[in-house]
Amino acid sequence: MNRAAGWLRAVGALAAGLGVLALFFVASGYDPVVALAAMWQGAFGSWFALMSGTLIRAVPIALIALGFTVAYRAGALNIGGEGQFYAGAIAATWVGLNLGRWPGALAIPAALAAAFAAGALWIAVPVLLRRRFGVQEVISTLLLNFVAEALVSYAVQGPLQESQGIYPQSDALPASLHLPLLFGTRLHAGALLAVLAAGVLAWVFARTRLGFELRASGLGPRAAVVSGRIPVEKLAAGALLVSGAFAGLAGGTEVLGVSYALYPNLSPGYGFTGIAVALLARGAPLGILASAVLFGALEAGAGAMQRDAGVPAVAVYVAEAVIILAVLLADRFALRRPEEATA
Amino acid sequence: MIDLSMAEGFLSALVRVATPLLLAALGEMLAERGGVINLGVEGAMLAGALAAAIGAASGGPWVGLALAVAAGAVVAAGFAAMAIGARTDQIITGTAMTLAALGLTGAIYRRAFGTAGAGLSLPTLTPLEVPGLSRLPLVGPALFAQPLPTYLALLAVPLLWWFLFRTRPGLALRAVGESPASARAAGVPVRRMQALATIAGGAFAGLAGATLVLAQVGTFAERMTAGRGFIAIAIVVLGRWHPVGVLLAALLFGGATALQFLFQAAGLDVPYQLFLMLPYLLTLVLLAGVAGGVRAPAALGRTVE
Repeated sequence: MNRAAGWLRAVGALAAGLGVLALFFVASGYDPVVALAAMWQGAFGSWFALMSGTLIRAVPIALIALGFTVAYRAGALNIGGEGQFYAGAIAATWVGLNLGRWPGALAIPAALAAAFAAGALWIAVPVLLRRRFGVQEVISTLLLNFVAEALVSYAVQGPLQESQGIYPQSDALPASLHLPLLFGTRLHAGALLAVLAAGVLAWVFARTRLGFELRASGLGPRAAVVSGRIPVEKLAAGALLVSGAFAGLAGGTEVLGVSYALYPNLSPGYGFTGIAVALLARGAPLGILASAVLFGALEAGAGAMQRDAGVPAVAVYVAEAVIILAVLLADRFALRRPEEATA
Repeated sequence: MIDLSMAEGFLSALVRVATPLLLAALGEMLAERGGVINLGVEGAMLAGALAAAIGAASGGPWVGLALAVAAGAVVAAGFAAMAIGARTDQIITGTAMTLAALGLTGAIYRRAFGTAGAGLSLPTLTPLEVPGLSRLPLVGPALFAQPLPTYLALLAVPLLWWFLFRTRPGLALRAVGESPASARAAGVPVRRMQALATIAGGAFAGLAGATLVLAQVGTFAERMTAGRGFIAIAIVVLGRWHPVGVLLAALLFGGATALQFLFQAAGLDVPYQLFLMLPYLLTLVLLAGVAGGVRAPAALGRTVE
C-alpha cells in the first residue's frame, strides 16, 4: 500500500469512528455537535489541551504500541502490556523512593532502567512458558495482567504505602526524580523517549538484518525455520522481552513524569489502547506515533466531553473500536483486490 | 479451625464463582471447536449483564435473562460478521468487539440509570432448592440450592458433550475446526457452521453476564465482568476443549478464588491480594502442565477463505 492510500485509510477509519459515535449520540439523545465540539476542545482546542491533555496520554500509549509491534513482527502476541506497565511503575517507584538523595541525572536513568527491566522480567515468565511448555503467550500475558493489578494493590497497601499508612498509594517521589517538563507545559521528557524509540525501531525494521529476520520469522515461520539461517524461536523470545520492556518503560515514565507516585488504576487501559494503536498503524513506528496522538486525543477529548457536555467518557471506546474495525475491513479489501485481478 | 459451615460456605462460593466462568467457557469452547477464537466473549458477557439489568428493571428477572441471551448473541453475531463474514483477523476483531461493548454498555447504562447509577437494585433469581438434596451436609447448599443459571450450566456440560461427540452436526463442527478444507470437501458449509457456533457461544456468554447481575450481585456496574471473559478463554485451554475438562477447570478456578473466603473465615493473616493472584497463577502453572500434552483445534484462529 502506498503512502497516500495509507493516509486515506487512516482518515477514513477516523471518520467512520467519529461518525458512528455521532450516530450513537443521536440515538441515545445527546447532542452530537455539542459533544464532539467539547471533545475537540479537550483534545486540540488549546496549546494546554494539546500538550497536557493529548500528548501526555500519547506517550505511554506509543511506548506500549511500539513494544507490541516488535513482538507482532516476530509473530508473537503480547496482550499483557497493562501488566508490564504496572511492573514498570512499581519498579520505578521503588527505585525512585530509594534513590531520593542521588542527583536526578543519575537517579532518573536508574529508575527508568529499573522500569525497563521490570517490564522485561514480567514477560519473561510467559516467554519461558512458551519455550519450555508451549503455553500460548496470548493467554499467559493476559493472565499476568490480573496478577500485576493485584501486586500494585498489595504494594500500595504494604511495602510501598505512603508513610502515614492511610491512603492506598505510595509516597510522592522527590522533585529530583521528576522528569524534565517540556515547553513549560505538563508534557514530560518521556515524550522524547517515545520519539527516539520510534526512530530507532523504524531504522531497525527498515535497514537492518535483524529487522528483516524479525519480519521473515513472523510472516513465514516455517519457511524461516527451514531456511536454517533464522533462529525463529529465539527471535520471538527476544522480541517478546523487548515488547515487555517497552511497556515497563511506559509505566516508569508515567510515574516519573505524570503521577509522581504509585497508584492503583494508574493506567486507564493504556495496555489495550496500545494494541489498537499498533494495529491501526500496521506496525510502522512513525505511524504508531501519529496513531498514539490520535488515540491520546480521543481519550483527552473524552474527559472534556464528560466534563463539559455531560456525555459519558467511556463512549469514546465505541469510536476506538469502530476505527479498528474499519481498518481491518479496509485492509481486507485492499488485500483482496489484487488477487481478484489476477484470478 | 475449619468446621462444617465454613466448608459449606467455601463450596457455595466455589460454585458461585465458577458458574459464570463455566457458562462463558462452554460457549467459547463451542466456537473454538469450530476453529474460531473469539476474544469478544468478554464484551458479549458485559452486554449480557447490561441487558439483564435493563430487562429485569422493566419486566422482571426472566425478561432480563432472555434479553441477556439475545444481547450476547448479537455481540457474537457482530464478531462473526467481521471475522467470518469479512474474514478479518479474529484476535483483533474480538479485542475491538470487547472495546465496543465496554463503551456502549458504559454509556447506555449511564443513560438508562442516571450518571451516578449507584443504588440500582434489581429483582433477582432466587435460589431453587431441590427438595431433600439441598439439606445434604457439605454439598447440599452448593449444588442443590442454587439459582437457575447454575443448573443450566451444569446441564450444558453433558448436552454439549453429546452434541460434539454423538451428533452429526457436532462431528461436522469439529471437522471444521481441525481441517476446514476437508470439511468443505465433505460438503459441510464451513463458514455457516463457524458463524452458528460463534453466535451460540455468544448466547452462553450473555447468560454468563446475566448470572452475575441476576443471580449474584443484583445490580449492574461498568466493567463488572472484570476480565471474566478472558479467564473463560484460559479455562477452555485448561479444560482441553472438552466439556468435562472445562467443567473441572472452571471449578478449580472457582475453588482457587473461593479460598480467600475460607482463609478469611479461618482468621489467617495473609494479604488478601495474594488470594486475588492465586487463581491466575494456578491457571498459569496448570497450563504449563497441560499445554504440552494437548493440541488446540488445528485451524484455531485461522481465517477460512
